[in-house]
Amino acid sequence: MKKFAVLVLSLAMVFSFAAIMTSCGGSQPAEEESAAADDSAIMAGFICLHDENSTYDLNFINAAKSACEELGIEYQIKTNIPEGQECYDAAAELVDAGCGIIFADSFGHEDYMIQAAKDFPDVQFCHSTGTKAHTEGLDNYHNAFASIYEGRYLAGVAAGLKLNEMIENGDIKADQAKIGYVGAFTYAEVISGYTSFFLGARSQCESATMDVTFTGSWYDETAEKEGANKLIDDGCVLISQHADSMGAPTACETAGIPNVSYNGSTVDACPNTFIVSSRIDWAPYYKYAITAAQNGEAIDTDWTGDLSTGSVLLTEVNDQAAAEGTQEKIDEVKAQLESGEIHVFDTSKFTVDGKKLKKSYMADVDTDAEYTPDTKVVSEGYFHESEYRSAPYFDLAIDGIKRLDEAF
Amino acid sequence: MSKANREPLLHITKRKAMPWQQSWLIRLISIVAALIVCAVITTAATGLDPMSVYGTMLEGAFGTERKIWVLGKETAVLLCIAVAMAPAFRMKFWNLGGEGQVLIGTLISAACMIYLGDKIPSGLLILLMVVASVVVGAIWAGIPAFFKAKWNTNETLFTLMMNYVAIQLVAYYIIIWESPKGSGKVGIINQSTNAGWLPSLGSYQYLLNILIVALVTILMFVYLKYSKHGYEISVVGESQRTARYVGIKVDRVIIRTLLVSGGICGLCGFLMVAGTDHTITTTLAGGRGFLGVLVAWLAQFNPLAMVLVSLLLCVLSRGAGEISTIYGLNQSFGDILTGIILFFIIGSEFFINYKIHLRGGARKKGGSN
Repeated sequence: MKKFAVLVLSLAMVFSFAAIMTSCGGSQPAEEESAAADDSAIMAGFICLHDENSTYDLNFINAAKSACEELGIEYQIKTNIPEGQECYDAAAELVDAGCGIIFADSFGHEDYMIQAAKDFPDVQFCHSTGTKAHTEGLDNYHNAFASIYEGRYLAGVAAGLKLNEMIENGDIKADQAKIGYVGAFTYAEVISGYTSFFLGARSQCESATMDVTFTGSWYDETAEKEGANKLIDDGCVLISQHADSMGAPTACETAGIPNVSYNGSTVDACPNTFIVSSRIDWAPYYKYAITAAQNGEAIDTDWTGDLSTGSVLLTEVNDQAAAEGTQEKIDEVKAQLESGEIHVFDTSKFTVDGKKLKKSYMADVDTDAEYTPDTKVVSEGYFHESEYRSAPYFDLAIDGIKRLDEAF
Repeated sequence: MSKANREPLLHITKRKAMPWQQSWLIRLISIVAALIVCAVITTAATGLDPMSVYGTMLEGAFGTERKIWVLGKETAVLLCIAVAMAPAFRMKFWNLGGEGQVLIGTLISAACMIYLGDKIPSGLLILLMVVASVVVGAIWAGIPAFFKAKWNTNETLFTLMMNYVAIQLVAYYIIIWESPKGSGKVGIINQSTNAGWLPSLGSYQYLLNILIVALVTILMFVYLKYSKHGYEISVVGESQRTARYVGIKVDRVIIRTLLVSGGICGLCGFLMVAGTDHTITTTLAGGRGFLGVLVAWLAQFNPLAMVLVSLLLCVLSRGAGEISTIYGLNQSFGDILTGIILFFIIGSEFFINYKIHLRGGARKKGGSN
């Protein structure tokens, strides 16, 4: 027994010694590498709320990898960073690791990114989906988004065609063309998303209506699945979502209800019900911002990607579930959007409480605790979304959409 | 007759107290064994060199001065909760409500910052936040304690349910305080004025938090080991009947102890809001109210041993994050390694407390060991 103990003890010492040695040895080349990289190229850091299991974060991670590999620069990705002090710590650690530009992907990261931007003025901080860059006035803090409302409008067109097909086939009556939508929260980013989706659907199927339910979380697989199932039970014949798990798409596949997805294709998990998905491709922004930082040029305070920059994409249409001619129709409407022939938030196409939106309507573009409306956003017959700042600010409750549980 | 002859292959008996050298040797062996198992799994699952993975984990915990501070900050939070749990568990009161007691402390601290931030000087505000969070945390633990003392209700379920009440309350107030409307995010509170923020000592942002928790830990050690209250807690924990027999007012001890336990949790909530995060979310405690229970148990309710255990857990979790960043592995892989190491450590306590006799081994009376 004693001999055994001595043996194990000496083994333990050897192992711990080896571990310490390798840890010291391991650290050396890494530091040299980053120092060497500093001279030639910038290093990029990415902060993600969740990891690859979230469709939202996966979309960011893929873009980060492809942008950095294309530019041939080093990068580090930190996943599962909560929206608290951990975000500041992660940003600071990325600065220590030698990153010259740092991106964060979640709305709640914003204040911590601003804090980091103040503390590290030589490093560029870029925050996707945030709203405060234009009012903070920091040279090294930037917001970015994309005109995803255009993508959602196109996805809505696909949904409208599917509804029409169901009506023509006699599966449903025209007044039963009710869409269900699982949203995360009740602020502009989500409202702008489901409203543009609905307007796209109604542009094809006039009798379409929509019910929206909210989960109060960006990633809650159970709540998203339950939300979708509840909508299906309430008679919704097509589902879309703006939340980041596979909850809603898989609920649709199980129930055999067509689904218009978000953040990327879910066709692998839902081969029979997936129609199409819109998503933001962040790679163009990453390439733009990293290149600008590398050349010492200023990065836009608010950068809004669109169809022309390749930031707003639609996945391939799944013929198994989509109505005939969907791809052609999407291409046609896309061309109209790009040429400016049609606008998603055309004020002649929707009403609020039975009335058309007035030209004097003010939106809450500058974030403040009292939600003060501060900017005129309606002109030339349409609501100018994502022009006065990159993040959406369309937060009107238009007729035809019923919000079921706003208080989660 | 045959029954008496058939000795089981192995049977287990409780050990008498073991010399500390031997028990620490067993713990060391278990950690080495865990590292070997982790190494095998790492190589099999990822093809990476396990030594460099371990190196990266240590790097993630201690690699830079900032990482060491972050580790200190994380350890302080976990330690604070574990220290809060210690007196209750030592009394065999199963307080599973740490999460809620911390959250309710964060809630009241955030409320003070939001409503009084521009009305009273920051020093007074901080003082008020400390008092309020300690009191509210104490009440949150005191309610189940009162019911336990008066009507012998089940404290496990009661404290557990109080967690959900606290989470829902926080969720409710987030909807009132959120900005922008509907986003579910409060954001950093008083970011421009820093009202109600704990000051940084020098340039060390997290030092004050760490010092406060260190002080609380030492006080708790003294309280449990040398005070009359501490003795009463031990007696009530051993046997309530004995306690009554020697004239200890058991209900009073239960309520008093839980007020202390909850108060420290409330203080922990204050430290999170005023010292580090400066915001409020329903996940601010992040399960550490439960992890603190594990720490307290592993350290056998000794506050000083809790320093080591919480440090170990935080090193593992920081290391797990680092290997996911450096090797592009999913964070779950780091969690698997952490799980294996914890499994072995908990297992080692079994071998410290119990002895396994193999069949036939009993004949060798007075064998080595």
